[in-house]
Amino acid sequence: MSLEQPNAIEVRDAVKRYGDFTALKTISLSIKDNEFFTLLGPSGCGKTTLLRMIAGFEDVSEGAIFLYGEEIEGLPPHKRPVNTVFQNYALFPHKTVLDNVAFGLQMRGNSKSDSRKRAGEMLELVQLSQFAGRKPAQLSGGQQQRVALARALAPQPKVLLLDEPLSALDLKLRKAMQLELKHLQRETGITFIFVTHDQEEALTMSDRIAVMSSGELQQLGDARDIYERPRNMFVADFIGETNLLDVSVDRIESGQAICHLGGGHALTCPSVEEVAAGSKVHLSVRPERLFLTATQDDGNALKATVRENIFVGTDITTLVDLADGPEIIIRTSNSERGNQRIFDPGTPVYVNMEHGAARLLVD
Amino acid sequence: MTRQRYDIKSYPGFLQITLLCLFVLYAPLIVVAVYSLNASASIAVWEGFSFRWYVDVFTGPESAKFKTAARNSFVIAIIAASVATAIATLAATAMVRGGKFRLRAWSFGLISLPLMVPEIVTAVATLIFFNSIGFDRGLLTILLAHIAFCIPFAYLPISARMQGIEDSYEQAAQDLYATKRQAFTKILLPLMLPGIISGFLLAFIISLDDFIITNFVKGAGVETLPTAIFGAVKQGIKPNIMAISTMLLGFSVLMVLISYLVSRTDKTS
Repeated sequence: MSLEQPNAIEVRDAVKRYGDFTALKTISLSIKDNEFFTLLGPSGCGKTTLLRMIAGFEDVSEGAIFLYGEEIEGLPPHKRPVNTVFQNYALFPHKTVLDNVAFGLQMRGNSKSDSRKRAGEMLELVQLSQFAGRKPAQLSGGQQQRVALARALAPQPKVLLLDEPLSALDLKLRKAMQLELKHLQRETGITFIFVTHDQEEALTMSDRIAVMSSGELQQLGDARDIYERPRNMFVADFIGETNLLDVSVDRIESGQAICHLGGGHALTCPSVEEVAAGSKVHLSVRPERLFLTATQDDGNALKATVRENIFVGTDITTLVDLADGPEIIIRTSNSERGNQRIFDPGTPVYVNMEHGAARLLVD
Repeated sequence: MTRQRYDIKSYPGFLQITLLCLFVLYAPLIVVAVYSLNASASIAVWEGFSFRWYVDVFTGPESAKFKTAARNSFVIAIIAASVATAIATLAATAMVRGGKFRLRAWSFGLISLPLMVPEIVTAVATLIFFNSIGFDRGLLTILLAHIAFCIPFAYLPISARMQGIEDSYEQAAQDLYATKRQAFTKILLPLMLPGIISGFLLAFIISLDDFIITNFVKGAGVETLPTAIFGAVKQGIKPNIMAISTMLLGFSVLMVLISYLVSRTDKTS
């Protein structure tokens, strides 16, 4: 073994099958100690299955999972130093808030008074001390969420698993809880594994994100990596909003791909390893990295006509039609500088890409 | 509003049919209850208000017989309901939490079938069974028979309650270091309690007033309250029978009330 701290969780070639259906197809990933790690993907992508495998509610069909260097397969859930915040919270309805939080400590063998004292401290941490004597049903959704969090954190697990815990909350509360979760993770120093289908939530909170789809790991990286350098079509499309254009690569010169669109527009953009001259690939560019000009100041700019401007508060979304080409979405910030780049519908314009904004993707 | 159109109260004849049904259901009970307070020895002529027949039940010539029968009935009902409830709780746990095992639908059918089988058939079958294995008829045969037919009655409210409890509670308990057994006793069982109490009370009432099966499997000279009442009625209906019946009715209403209150306090908590 190496001298460095072992990974909090190491998933090695894990496969999960239910009869003929394969929910997880050979996944390998490492989650570092003290990391806020997110499993992100649409429903049915296998993210919750992976979480339940770590918690011990599902067995591993093939491969292995290690917790701080020790294999945990075969251990029942109650013997794993891992706690879960469930999607529906699963607070025990017949116990008070305090007894809910004390439950894990008591089951671990702490005395009743010790457990309660420690549970009281946890409730203080999530600012719910005044509700200690209430039953869960008497609390609001956001308060229940914090009780569930306190209950899972109280026994000081080595890893905290969170299964879409914010999905039942309204937008404002969700935003507040995102920050609170992030702070809690820093304060407690516990490794968090967070499951969500909400890409914005994942980008906001995570140190690293694993994007999953149909039982496979699509990409693993930090928020900026995944947003700005998506590895494939799925990631580009799933994370945020993007324009995807079909392009043909004419040639590659010193790391730059010279390509053309269906309508004949020529373009130059940074190439990636997998792209070969003569191949048909996709070009992904984020709406906020595009801007409009009245004249063609840049050789890369594409001729287009403004169709519609949609005011969405912080931004203005503009739809333009490329000459002989597809529709493109452009997002301009609602600022003095941004508003100078807004043109009336029907105006002929040029679509410019910020330097390095375009990314080529192979199928 | 659309809601008004489907309101059942606006259907023609709703009130009349409701009143008719209530009358048919409850008028005989009311007559019995009222005439149990009749001072007369006749069951048809009202001669004034009196607790005479209630006193007669406890002190009259037939009081010894009724006391023994009542004690038998209650002892059997308590034991039979307890055992049946315990078995039904385990059965419900297996059926609801056991996952999708083979023959699950069949198992459910087997548990509920006694509810559909005509009681006389069960009675005859039970009698033949006890005879063929050479079991002497007496209190024990009544008790065994009652345990058997009480199980499906206890099972229904328990399994209904259990189906309403998400399995994430037990998972959360196990996630928080509780063993499977602790998750069952500390989390699932308390949550099931209202269902268990309802199941117990239902089984208790069913056992308490069972006549047909009891009459077949009881030994000579062994009586429960229903068979004792039936025996007394054969010599003509006396007002003391009405007093006993009214007390039984009151007791049953009390049980139903408890069952209702248990399920209601659970919802408010």
